[in-house]
Amino acid sequence: MKLIFDGIIKNNPTFVLVLGMCPTLGTTSSAINGMGMGVATMSVLIMSNLAISLIKNIIPDKVRIPAFIVVIASFVTVIQMLMQAFAPALYGALGVFIPLIVVNCIILGRAEAFASKNTPFDSMLDGLGIGLGFTLSLTVIGSIREILGSGAIFGIDLGIGNYMPLIFVLAPGAFFVLGYLMVLFNKFVKK
Amino acid sequence: MKSTLFNMVAVLLGITFIASASVGLVNMVTAEPIRMAEENAKKAALEQVLPEFESTTNQTLELDNMPIVVYNATKGGESVGCAVETMTKSGFGGEVKLMVGFLPDGTINNISVLKQAETPGLGTNMANEESKNPLLKSVKNQKPESKKLVDGKLAVTKDGGDVDALTAATISSRAYLDAVNRAWAAFKSVQQGGEQPEVEEAQTEEPVAQEGEKNE
Repeated sequence: MKLIFDGIIKNNPTFVLVLGMCPTLGTTSSAINGMGMGVATMSVLIMSNLAISLIKNIIPDKVRIPAFIVVIASFVTVIQMLMQAFAPALYGALGVFIPLIVVNCIILGRAEAFASKNTPFDSMLDGLGIGLGFTLSLTVIGSIREILGSGAIFGIDLGIGNYMPLIFVLAPGAFFVLGYLMVLFNKFVKK
Repeated sequence: MKSTLFNMVAVLLGITFIASASVGLVNMVTAEPIRMAEENAKKAALEQVLPEFESTTNQTLELDNMPIVVYNATKGGESVGCAVETMTKSGFGGEVKLMVGFLPDGTINNISVLKQAETPGLGTNMANEESKNPLLKSVKNQKPESKKLVDGKLAVTKDGGDVDALTAATISSRAYLDAVNRAWAAFKSVQQGGEQPEVEEAQTEEPVAQEGEKNE
């Protein structure tokens, strides 16, 4: 349990570790996109953490990074094909960010820092925790941007769209929301 | 684990072998659902832009070096309309693909956006339903030739036409109309050419322009 909560609060990948900023800024223009990206990353993270901690003892030190990347890339490709087959709408919305999960530093970072030193079960829990932390952060950022920018939440129109500052849906809005959330998170939650 | 040349090569070889085998396996499992999903998306778009139909035949034209697919929809042996899968490369975020449905008399029945990467909240409004989409509202249920044409083509008000553009998204609006104009050209060349599409004629926009002027 501690591992899961650590991933959400103490080691929150977005607000504390500040990892994986590219998908964070790029996919959070709406709540559902942020959540989809978070869930996709979480599933890759859990599976890659598990696989890497299972094979950690047979990987020679010098080639561990290439080995990790091959494992991660295979899981990402699998997720991509499954999404294309069973969730084509979400796949269309996330587009280029799915293959980019391969080089997401959260996943490689957890493989290197945690999975290669811990038991498979703990690594899975760590993947779940960090993944949940990432998903929650992305969903929160996406919701705030969607409410402020287009006056809707999870695609449900709140009827105030015309009076909202559009900038929150565009790239600068991502930086505003992320920055303020980071400040608030570190002030109130991390302690 | 200590690295030696042998174990490095062996481990990497083993991992890539297992990885590619599993990716290949998943590909085999998902190839069919992916094809189905794509087909369903296309079918849904056809149903959205055309009146009720039973079957379609399609032919591909080449306009301005872009593939344009024309679907002829029939019901009980009679033509009920024509859907054109059209595209443009001049969107704000690259390619924009539309499905434009024409009735046999040339009226635009409906337009559906298949693919776009425009600015969220601005250009993406081109995919909205009619009530929130001035572009679609301006052309839906009308014949293109009944609109105010500029050089025989539909144009936004800023360019002298009478199609209302999306707020703060003139480039996206122009791209949208560019794709609609191309669909119109393809539709006309198929109508005039009957069974044999006159690809030659469709490639240059001239005949289309003249046609538009005649009708004005």
